[in-house]
Amino acid sequence: MSKFHVSTTVNGDAVEYLCDPRETLLDCLRDKLNLTGAKEGCGTGDCGACSVSVDGRLVCSCLMLGVEAEGKQIDTVEGIAEGDVLHPLQKNFIEHAALQCGVCTPGILVAAKSLLEKNPSPTEEEARYWLAGNLCRCTGYDKIIRAVMETAEELREAS
Amino acid sequence: MDYHSPASFAEASALAANATGITRFLAGGTDVLVQLRSELVTPDTLIDIKKIDGVSDITRNVDGSWTLGVAATGAEMSEHPELSGDWPGVVEAMDLIGSTQVQGRATLTGNLCNGSPAADSVPAMVAAGVTVTITGPDGNRTIAAEGIPASPGKTTLTKGEVVTAVNIPARGENGGDAYLRFIPRTEMDIAVVGVGVSLRLDGDTITEARVSLGAVAPTVLLVDDCAKAIIGSTLDDVALDALAAAASAACNPIDDKRGTIEFRTEVAGVLAKRAAKIAYARAKGEQA
Ligand SMILES: Cc1cc2nc3c(=O)[nH]c(=O)nc-3n(C[C@H](O)[C@H](O)[C@H](O)COP(=O)(O)OP(=O)(O)OC[C@H]3O[C@@H](n4cnc5c(N)ncnc54)[C@H](O)[C@@H]3O)c2cc1C
Repeated sequence: MSKFHVSTTVNGDAVEYLCDPRETLLDCLRDKLNLTGAKEGCGTGDCGACSVSVDGRLVCSCLMLGVEAEGKQIDTVEGIAEGDVLHPLQKNFIEHAALQCGVCTPGILVAAKSLLEKNPSPTEEEARYWLAGNLCRCTGYDKIIRAVMETAEELREAS
Repeated sequence: MDYHSPASFAEASALAANATGITRFLAGGTDVLVQLRSELVTPDTLIDIKKIDGVSDITRNVDGSWTLGVAATGAEMSEHPELSGDWPGVVEAMDLIGSTQVQGRATLTGNLCNGSPAADSVPAMVAAGVTVTITGPDGNRTIAAEGIPASPGKTTLTKGEVVTAVNIPARGENGGDAYLRFIPRTEMDIAVVGVGVSLRLDGDTITEARVSLGAVAPTVLLVDDCAKAIIGSTLDDVALDALAAAASAACNPIDDKRGTIEFRTEVAGVLAKRAAKIAYARAKGEQA
């Protein structure tokens, strides 16, 4: 089977890759673009560790094909910090110890950023529902939710 | 696996008609990719319909009916205030599917054509009287949503047929719909029972109703006896009990780890009552 040539934008940079049509966007990000932030947890859309945003929409990159990325704007965890300056979400995740093993963290950061862009003042319940597709086996979620709620408040005060 | 992204439905249909082996259309991919990756179904031909013009549009027509493109996602439906205002049951059923991430991709058409008896949006579509438009080698046809599922994982679509649009009728005056499902936890699970109800009132009396059950038979059911049980009533206790009895009587479920036959049969009745009450309140313009 011939390979597809894909031109897309990742974290603001134009990139290209060749892929087999069976390869997922997650495979392409990790193996062709060396962006290993997005993780493969389950590979079936249940765990959210591979979350990225595509044209501003949160998706599981394991449930999208690499060929489908043609002409899209992809944002991954690698694009969240501004150079060495961490995003407020990242700072608060450290502050609140909202991560242990770290496998779920890139996906949760991408998902939480997408929440705060859509809804700058989420209730705790809204935040929990939004993140229901991001599984964490270490923290018990409470610290994650506190870090997200704290960031929401900081960003509201700053704006 | 051959991947195609045709620019028209005619082309998509021709590709499917001429393909050999297993063919799948790719809408949101939330079923297709799971099946591909778990090696349940590896299509020989995959036809991505998302490059076709207008497939993500959600349009209210002049007569008040709605036309939804076959790639319009759950997230786009939930963010559409007028659609949610007219058909809250259809929108809430779609919104129950998966997580935020899944909502960013999943579609009504994919949910319907995947053929799962537990597909959440399907009872809501059937209750609402949704039809789908299909293009195939013999031209176009429009059929009721309940005409699509044939058995678990199978549809009545023939080789080369592709769904091109989802048509939701005009809501009209004094109507309301609702969808409820039972799952063992509060998020991210497959329905043990799902119930969609749509009805219309004249004053306090129900004049029209459609009731549909999911996950209690090999396909989603449209249950006429449930509708008959409440039409002409004010949804009093007698009508509600008759509705529950008709819903339970229509069940022909499986036994599995999520729910026994007995449990599914009883819960179908309970949920039918609750969904009917919500649809009734919505028809009266009350928040529910
Ligand atoms: C984590 C997770 C949770 C989920 N939770 C739920 C849930 O709670 N409830 C539920 O009901 N489902 C659930 N699903 C299943 C799935 O998300 C839904 O069935 C979804 O609506 C499928 O839509 P799609 O656009 O992704 O379909 P796709 O995967 O793109 O397609 C599904 C099927 O429809 C066919 N098809 C697609 N478009 C057309 C067309 N235009 N014409 C003809 N055939 C077509 C395809 O050939 C394929 O067989 C879940 C899936 C995941 C991964």
